[in-house]
Amino acid sequence: MQVELRNIHKFFGPVHANRGITLTIPAGTIQGLLGENGAGKSTLMKILSGFIRPDQGEIRLDGQSVTFHSPADALAQGIGMLHQDPLDFPPMRVLDNFVTGSPGGLLPDREDARQALLSISQQFGFSLDPDAYVDTLTVGERQQLEIVRLLWLGARVLIFDEPTTGISAQQRQKLFAALRRLADEGRTIIFVTHKLEEVQALCHRVAVLRAGELVGTADAPYDLDRLVEMMFGKVISVGRADPVPLGETVLALEDLAVEDHRLNIRGVTLNIRAGEVVGLAGMEGSGQRRLLRAAAGLIRPTGGRVRFLGRDMTGRPYLDFHRAGAAYIPADRMTEGLFPDLTIAEHVALARQRVGFFLRAEAMRAWAQEAIRHFSIRGRPETPARALSGGNQQRLLLALMRPDLRLIFMEHPTRGLDLESALWIWGQLKNRCRQGAALFFMSSDLEELLNYSDRVLVFFGGRVSRPLPATELDVEKLGQLIGGYGFDRVVNTAAPAAHTEGEAA
Amino acid sequence: MTWDTILTGLAGVVAMATPVVFATLGETLTERAGVINLSVNGTILLAAMGGFAAALTTDNLWLGFGVGMLIGGVVAALLAFTSLSLKQSQIAVGFVLALLTRDLAYYLGNPFVGKQGPRVPVMTLPGLSRIPVLGALLFDHDPLTYLSIVLIFVTWFWVYKTRPGLILQGLGERPAAAYARGANVRLQRYVYTILGGMLVGLAGPTYSLSVKAGWKGTISGLDGIGWIALALTIFGAWNPLRGAVGAYLFALLQWLSLVVQPYLPDVPTQVLQVAPFPLMILTLLLVNIGNTEWMKRTLAGLPPDARHTVARILRAMQVTPPAGLGRAFEEE
Repeated sequence: MQVELRNIHKFFGPVHANRGITLTIPAGTIQGLLGENGAGKSTLMKILSGFIRPDQGEIRLDGQSVTFHSPADALAQGIGMLHQDPLDFPPMRVLDNFVTGSPGGLLPDREDARQALLSISQQFGFSLDPDAYVDTLTVGERQQLEIVRLLWLGARVLIFDEPTTGISAQQRQKLFAALRRLADEGRTIIFVTHKLEEVQALCHRVAVLRAGELVGTADAPYDLDRLVEMMFGKVISVGRADPVPLGETVLALEDLAVEDHRLNIRGVTLNIRAGEVVGLAGMEGSGQRRLLRAAAGLIRPTGGRVRFLGRDMTGRPYLDFHRAGAAYIPADRMTEGLFPDLTIAEHVALARQRVGFFLRAEAMRAWAQEAIRHFSIRGRPETPARALSGGNQQRLLLALMRPDLRLIFMEHPTRGLDLESALWIWGQLKNRCRQGAALFFMSSDLEELLNYSDRVLVFFGGRVSRPLPATELDVEKLGQLIGGYGFDRVVNTAAPAAHTEGEAA
Repeated sequence: MTWDTILTGLAGVVAMATPVVFATLGETLTERAGVINLSVNGTILLAAMGGFAAALTTDNLWLGFGVGMLIGGVVAALLAFTSLSLKQSQIAVGFVLALLTRDLAYYLGNPFVGKQGPRVPVMTLPGLSRIPVLGALLFDHDPLTYLSIVLIFVTWFWVYKTRPGLILQGLGERPAAAYARGANVRLQRYVYTILGGMLVGLAGPTYSLSVKAGWKGTISGLDGIGWIALALTIFGAWNPLRGAVGAYLFALLQWLSLVVQPYLPDVPTQVLQVAPFPLMILTLLLVNIGNTEWMKRTLAGLPPDARHTVARILRAMQVTPPAGLGRAFEEE
């Protein structure tokens, strides 16, 4: 199906999110939609998928002008959208999720749906268990479920909003193969991303958005420098940072063990020194997060010791770690990192004003302005955290960290951020390392792990590799290890054998 | 105590649980759709009084039930309008409605206090009531008890087995996703809030025209039941079957408090009468104890075998509310 967007305008209050966008996408192509966060990509796609209505402009499908009253209406006319966080129902089973909202009588035909689910999955090499609960699935599998569901309901145009965020390298390959296949079958694929390498690897053509405007289009093969220039209006280069001299041991993990109802990780031994960056790699849910949280005192490890600056802190709560000079920055910035309704000034005051009962308005303002300037936050002192973009939330979190930190724990430091913000964040983190802090982080972005870590621990199948120097790895090798290829060779044989429990979900 | 008196007592438990089952099922439906109706306690009182007054003045028993359900539906519609259309806090509005309807019931009910009213006759089911034990327990009741038992299964079937039921689960879990799948979120939330309110309203006349026939104002002994129904909705993990089990458990506790009274002469009767309430709260605590931070920390310190067993038991009991419960939803 050919999709035409003509002169689309959308305002959110004073913000002009889409400024007269005109774009034609022929059937059977994979169209990339590239742009920084806040460039207007998501708005445009929500218009195309019926979630919001344009203030002006026209959508044409195969030459016919159409209007969508709801997402279900758009889907009925052939347009399905896959959201960054798949719009499914986590506590339900896969099969129930699959049939929810499908047309039909009072009782859903579950057998028929099961067959459809299995056969479409099989075509794309997805392995989805109809009886599994969705909340036990990885983000990648939940995407696969949505793809299968949208195809079952007859989608001929599929929109993918940043689909590779939070999925493993293997799942990404599978996804890309599925997208190529869908395009070959004549379906139209729109791929929204801010990652150049994905556009290069996948898209037949690309349109670049900046500040709500369509600034240009290009066909494969691409001139990457030109794309970067279109995206940012200037050229940014990614380079490996200078090495930071290492100091004393900051964090020592001795034979650490963590578990939850499906994982059982044992025998993690690691010393992290001042100035050092250690990354945790692995598929989502392989235990990286639990290990990181246990090392920070957020959960209690089931075995082993944690030493922070030489003191035995095993089993102590996070507050004690925090007092001793550690900070934990979670991936979910809005629920665990910041208070959505508090302003920048109030956040800064919470972090900085240690004495006095009453808040001091002028001091708060001054601190907030200093933080905004110093950390290039796009916002005003009175802007609530919820109104900030992802990149600016992360900047605010960094601004709130005490200056004398010795250890920083981070989950996905740059998830969902555009290239410019990501580079800036890492610049700040590296500065902290130069000032004597150690950084212990997890990420699913292989380039990030390789570019910034000194050593990497890979998690696979309930086991952990020994610390691997990042210089001995490349994207391909790390991707293989995460998928389990050659993993046996990097497991620390000195540690007692770890295993997963039989009841793994 | 003889076997017969125990059996009669247990049959009484089934009857006593009937209104609690109605209220719990109603609230379960409403909360499944993502709306919290906190007015349950007052609604039951007002519906009990209104239903009794209507049946007494018209001498029409069934009109009494109609009025009870109407009251429940109207109160729920008020909540739905203020929260879904005017976007006010469901908690605040629901709480105020709970207090308002309770006081209204006591005030408007004054003229009817102590009057002798009609009562739903027992309808022994021929054949079925002859079954040993089960017959006396389940098939020697008034029609409302049969209705409540049927409704438990109908509600369960609706929520888990039908297409609209799946959407209903989605409404409370993730309204945005339900919307993306074609549901008119606001309209459906209205429907389930009012429907749930009508079931809660049905609980009122079930008391005043059957289980505890009559209207005795503040000493009717109905105050507090609604809060229990709210707790049972949580205890039941928003599952109609589990919620109904909770209702029977509560009625059993109430009966036991009466049974043990003669054996504990030193304990004031008031203590035993209110004992089921804190016991229900304790049960609720026990169900959710696995979610607590200190429990997780304690567990991590246990030896592996004990840890796994306890963790498994806790996980089976644990409940998680519908993620979208009490949250407003905007289509854009």
